[in-house]
Amino acid sequence: MSVVDYTKELSVIEGKPPLRSLDDLISKPLETKPDKKFYIALSITLSMLGLFVIGLGLTFWYGIGMWGNNNPVGWAFDIVNFVFWVGIGHAGTLISAILFLFRQKWRTGIARFAEGMTIFAVMTAMLFPLIHVGRPWLDGWLLPYPNQHGIWTNFTSPLLWDVFAVSTYFTVSLIFWYVGLIPDFAVLRERTSGKVKKLTYSIFSLGWRFSNRHWNHYEMVYLILAGFATPLVLSVHTIVSFDFAVSIMPGWHTTIFPPYFVAGAVFSGFAMVQNVLLIIRKIFNYEHIITVDTLDKMNKIMLVTGSMVGYAYAMEFFIAWYSGVEAEQFTFVNRAFGPYAWAYWIMVSCNVISPQLFWIKKIRRSVPVMFVIAVFVNVGMWFERFVIVVSSLSRDYLPSSWAYYKPTYVDFMILIGSFGFFFTFILLFTKALPVVSLAEVKAVVDGAQPSHKDH
Amino acid sequence: MSEKILYGYTGLFDSPDSITHAAEKAASKGYKKFDVHTPYPLHGMNKAMKLPTSKLGYVSLVVGLSSALAAVLAMFWISAKDYPIVIGGKPLFSFPAYVPVIFEVTVLSASIATVLTMLLIFFKLPNNGHPLHGTEYMKNVAVDKYGILIQAEDEKFNEADVKKFLEECGAVNISPVYFDEEEINHKHKILEPKFIGFLLLTALFTSGISYLTLNKLLYLPPFDWMMEQEKLNPQSTSTIFADGFGMRKPVEGTVARGYLPYAFKGQPEAAGENLVNPLPVSKSVLELGQKKFDVYCSPCHGYHGEGESRLRGQFPNPPSLHSEKVRTWSDGRIFHVITDGQNIMPSYSTQLTAEEKWAAVHYIRVLQRALNAKESDLQ
Repeated sequence: MSVVDYTKELSVIEGKPPLRSLDDLISKPLETKPDKKFYIALSITLSMLGLFVIGLGLTFWYGIGMWGNNNPVGWAFDIVNFVFWVGIGHAGTLISAILFLFRQKWRTGIARFAEGMTIFAVMTAMLFPLIHVGRPWLDGWLLPYPNQHGIWTNFTSPLLWDVFAVSTYFTVSLIFWYVGLIPDFAVLRERTSGKVKKLTYSIFSLGWRFSNRHWNHYEMVYLILAGFATPLVLSVHTIVSFDFAVSIMPGWHTTIFPPYFVAGAVFSGFAMVQNVLLIIRKIFNYEHIITVDTLDKMNKIMLVTGSMVGYAYAMEFFIAWYSGVEAEQFTFVNRAFGPYAWAYWIMVSCNVISPQLFWIKKIRRSVPVMFVIAVFVNVGMWFERFVIVVSSLSRDYLPSSWAYYKPTYVDFMILIGSFGFFFTFILLFTKALPVVSLAEVKAVVDGAQPSHKDH
Repeated sequence: MSEKILYGYTGLFDSPDSITHAAEKAASKGYKKFDVHTPYPLHGMNKAMKLPTSKLGYVSLVVGLSSALAAVLAMFWISAKDYPIVIGGKPLFSFPAYVPVIFEVTVLSASIATVLTMLLIFFKLPNNGHPLHGTEYMKNVAVDKYGILIQAEDEKFNEADVKKFLEECGAVNISPVYFDEEEINHKHKILEPKFIGFLLLTALFTSGISYLTLNKLLYLPPFDWMMEQEKLNPQSTSTIFADGFGMRKPVEGTVARGYLPYAFKGQPEAAGENLVNPLPVSKSVLELGQKKFDVYCSPCHGYHGEGESRLRGQFPNPPSLHSEKVRTWSDGRIFHVITDGQNIMPSYSTQLTAEEKWAAVHYIRVLQRALNAKESDLQ
């Protein structure tokens, strides 16, 4: 590899493609009939979604006794899945908001897709607290509204903060996503000749006309939204971690939880984005839009956040020893060597060891290897939440109430089904909307901005 | 066909540099109602067009701060005024615990308000009837061309001048844009029967669905509101027991708390000798005694124990409790009368616990002392 000149910014899009060819390429999946592979993929995700429906049906009909949850492990797969999916969502907002504020141009190729993933992941996540309450048709009671019972919600409870945080996160992500989509809908409106398509795109584009008097405000709003979404994304997983940290359960009651959870969320989110993106990039021939440089940068973020997560694991052990609290010390020894040691060591090897391979440049730029590592990270991050939730609850202060948690078949149906739910939306998204932002990608092609020669 | 009305003149450019120059020239020439259309925002274009910085930040600021304040006030009113419940020993108004909700509410309302203000008020969208829609010009600027539009409304607009100006700048495809016939004769479609019919149908549909959901669906299984439970309710039959009753009698010899069987039934003298009042004379005991006396004893014996019945002769008046006989009775002897009854007075064991009876005895002593006070009490 030749020596890189770091004084010049690298091209984000390879090869300076004509702008029209970008439109053609990105809107191709929307304008052609889906092929056989798409239907095979869709049938798989729909089967998984079917499992989800059956699992939820059993849960609603017979109650949550169908799950493995029992005293003392009252939170298990339901909460593990909730935290896992909320975490997946965080990568999208990080890419679209935080990297936008830092003026990282390489984000443009992956931003739209990651934002879409955020929305679907948060939708998946939101289902879990709603079904976990046992009688999901009463979920309206989570919201503070004047009611005939004459009672109000408890504003000092982290579980209520969760309701506000996750619903705000979903709404703001959706708005952010839609604002980004408006110019793209207008492009599609101008491209299409079909009557129904034209009407649909006209409605969703709101009659956008690419006016610079609009772009002026539009860019300001994008900046403001990015400014809001940045603390928001940090707050969401912080509040999710409060669900644990505010309790007195050993292994949960730690102040490191908020940063540790946020780092873990970004870590797992990037892994999921990486996994899905590598497939999309291959199928739709986006290699020059989502370049190896971009993937390399994503891997670096995974390396950073993975190391932060590893540091947090070590720090939890250190604080357990340093605090001198017997119950705390026992919990951590129990995690590593107790009945759930298998889960703990899966977590450590997937989350701490595997991303360290990204120190090597060759691995960072090798698509198959990074795909495998990202899968490992996803598995590891799921187990991290499992270890935190289940191992702490199964052995708390009172040895007489200790028990070993075992999931039931319904738990697994819902777990697999949640992936079906998520990926069904992803598949439909790739066929219904441009998975790369047209306006943003065009703006970062070499020569797309004025050169300001005479200024 | 009526005469066409001119909306403006458009011209296209191929490079971002040339459109920036054209915009600069148009602005310096004094055109006010002109616009630049580009497929993506161009750096430096706001400066070239002399556009002021967007004021949308103020919308976020005002809405964000006021919704933060509204959230604090709402939580204060809910938690400290309308529904005050102490949770975890924290003050009713625990500000630190409200911070997450305040933050989320601020972000949510400010984001929604900013975006809606931009789209609906600043841009006046949705607007699919704009003259530029459906033109070749729009098709080009959507993809890879950079266009400039000078509106006919502009004070300095003059067809020949504008054409010349665009040519000088190097624009291609210089073409006029006209209002559509439809756009000129545009009427609000709100009162069209189709639209009203649609609204009515929507109203009917949503109210029907809401009614069925709230009144029917939510009472079908599995939504049983825990009314159906695997247990025997009172008065229900059971196949488990030979007698077929769901309700069972307590095991023989069961004694309820506070209701030990009375040992001196029919033996008033023995009771008077053996029973001792276990309660101390204290304010709370006397208050309990007064309460019970007023409820259970006073209807016949009167509030002062003088036999001043409130039953107006419908039931024989009892003798006074201030008689020499009763005053010399021991506490246990009075307790026996309450427990076992005397003459036509029934037993009060089902109404009063042993403790309440003893408290009433203390109170009777208070009444007696009040009518027959000693010299020393006056000092």
